[in-house]
Amino acid sequence: MKKELTRQQHLDLYYLMRLNRAVEDTMVKLFRQNKIVGGLYSSLGQEAISVGTAYALEKKDWMAPMIRNIGALLVKGVPPRDIFMQHMAKYDSPTKGKDGTSHFGDLENLHIVSPISMLGDLIPVMTGVALAGRYLGQKIVAMTWIGDGGSSTGVFHEGLNFAATQKAPFVLILENNLWAYSTPVRKQVPLENLADRAKAYGMDSYIVDGNDVVAVYTTAKEAVERARAGEGPILIEAKTFRRLGHAQHDPAEYVPKEMRAYWEARDPIALYEKFLTSEKLLDARGKKDIEEKLDTLLEKEREFAENSPLPPAELAETGVYCTGDDCHRIRAKWERPIAEVTPPKSSVEAVWTVPGFGAGQGSGGADAPMHFGDTRSEAEKSGSEGRLAGAGKPAAKVAAKATAKKTVKAAPASASRKARR
Amino acid sequence: MAETKRARTNGAAAQGTQVTFLEAIRQAMFEEMERDPAVVLIGEDVGVYGGAFKTSEGLLERFGWERVIDTPISESAIIGAACGMSYLGLRPICEMQFIDFIVCAFNQITNFVAKGHYLWNAPAPMVIRGPSGGGVHGGPFHSANPEMYFVHTPGLKVIYPSTPQDAKGLLKAAVRDNNPVLFFEHKFLYRRIKGEVPAGDYTVPIGKAVVRREGRHLTILSYAAMMHTSLEAADALEKEGIEAEVIDLRTLLPLDEETILQSVKKTNKCLVVHEDTRTGGIAGEIAAILFEKAFQDLDGPLVRVTSLDTPVPYAPTLEDYFLPNAKKIFSAAKELARY
Repeated sequence: MKKELTRQQHLDLYYLMRLNRAVEDTMVKLFRQNKIVGGLYSSLGQEAISVGTAYALEKKDWMAPMIRNIGALLVKGVPPRDIFMQHMAKYDSPTKGKDGTSHFGDLENLHIVSPISMLGDLIPVMTGVALAGRYLGQKIVAMTWIGDGGSSTGVFHEGLNFAATQKAPFVLILENNLWAYSTPVRKQVPLENLADRAKAYGMDSYIVDGNDVVAVYTTAKEAVERARAGEGPILIEAKTFRRLGHAQHDPAEYVPKEMRAYWEARDPIALYEKFLTSEKLLDARGKKDIEEKLDTLLEKEREFAENSPLPPAELAETGVYCTGDDCHRIRAKWERPIAEVTPPKSSVEAVWTVPGFGAGQGSGGADAPMHFGDTRSEAEKSGSEGRLAGAGKPAAKVAAKATAKKTVKAAPASASRKARR
Repeated sequence: MAETKRARTNGAAAQGTQVTFLEAIRQAMFEEMERDPAVVLIGEDVGVYGGAFKTSEGLLERFGWERVIDTPISESAIIGAACGMSYLGLRPICEMQFIDFIVCAFNQITNFVAKGHYLWNAPAPMVIRGPSGGGVHGGPFHSANPEMYFVHTPGLKVIYPSTPQDAKGLLKAAVRDNNPVLFFEHKFLYRRIKGEVPAGDYTVPIGKAVVRREGRHLTILSYAAMMHTSLEAADALEKEGIEAEVIDLRTLLPLDEETILQSVKKTNKCLVVHEDTRTGGIAGEIAAILFEKAFQDLDGPLVRVTSLDTPVPYAPTLEDYFLPNAKKIFSAAKELARY
């Protein structure tokens, strides 16, 4: 673990991980009391990933957490009561009881997109968020998470490939917790490192020890800033382990005892505590203060949640459509001149025209305009050679110009790669 | 050449003009993109090539790379990305190169896009459009009418127009709607049907059917290409002294029950014609509505003229047999009128 973070950052990370775990511990109790309506999924042992990655985002950034990213929601500012109420299907929950678990979002303030149960779908959605942000000039980054299992879906491929072709400011956290329900990762993906999947898309990737919150945070921070700077999407594989079953009902007896023991000895909170103590950033008193703070907070939040009623039955029939304008308050927030994306400035001229090609409508060979990607050629930039509209221009020369300045940046050897050994 | 190109791309009609169905759609997109920089077009080959049917020809030249986005062959990515864009206030139009491929994004549409507003107050104002329908010998994967998969999905709106005027006005309305709207374009109509579109900006309301032809002996309900076939049959019926009222549904979800019921209560007989296959087609839903709300008014059975319950076959002889036609409608209507 590194010490470059400020004391406050260290304490934030520690507090947020403790909060993450305490919120989930509270929910286990609620579950055992039959107060949770559906299933309960745990991120026990994976808190460093949710917290460390989300902590790397700025307020304006967007994220879409998956089921085991309660920590990310907390980092973004979701109050624990919302998470409790979601699980308890309460009327005051963000979805008013229409959906459970971490399936909720907030478009207007927190910039959180709700997940759905079908894995991978968030990848193209968050790519779209990233592209819209870039289009509007907002300089945002979009982040979402996926598991080792979710990385087998078709939409994982479609989404990442599209994000990469667009160089979208998008960061994907691939939480490799070794188990997809009962299926071990080796039956899911025939790769040692899931980060290798990024190569297929020409994307950069990192591998990080998912139980080391500082490594997770610093890696995520670097990835987020590179994505923000326009370097394209980045994938981070965080190696970790799912300590409990798929959900509460699953005792996960298929997990070898040795594997469980190994990872239990590497609990991310215990590891961090040890580090903080040795660095004198945290002492017994500080720890106790945090625990008391959490107890008080969660007691209050739990009580509020428990007192919220179930939704009135008739609510089931409402809200399928957005009718009128008051249900859609999202307006494009322009942070660049609109003139840049409206004619005449947006207009594109063909790099050249090809006689007889693409006339399409049976007209038998009018000149067709040809375009080469969204990068302006050097000639266009300097403006000296004009638009090369002459039909006789040799193809190879122009094409070469349009692509010449592309350089491929080698994947950075991350600090955390070393941590993995 | 440059001049003619410009003349073609500047879509806004100064006065009512005769345009093809396809041109009406292109104009709608062009004008909406002119009107609102939040409107973007995303799909396969929509930019450089101008779309497989040239529906988006000239849009890239005018609006540029950021607003006319050529994607990889990834329907789920197209729909997903458009949905994400809509969350930041954009109003994307997605093109499915052929509407058959919309099912590649079925999960993204039915689970993500359609449920967002109900579940977490996240409306996704986006349009998914593309060429649909048969009669052009496109074979089993380029002729589909998959509208009913989506009519069965709460949260979506489904439009299937039959005239250039409606296509333009409804597509504009779809872009401005705060919900995800599926817009089916019958490719048989693209260049075969011409019609006048009103001058200037206009929209056609979503969810409203229209009476195309008044009559008193029976009601024929249809939409899209079959609308024209139904009108052809109505002409033939007239010669036999049967006055058919022909209604163009235009929007399948939400369905305009009022217009349907009003007509059936007048004619007391109803024939539904659709190019979609028989089982689970909109006719079944209409039958249920009539039984629930107009049972006493019916003087005959609800009759369906539809495609067969098979995939769309390729050979002209097979496809012609598969599809409804004016003759089939004529016979069915004649029999129903006599009932």
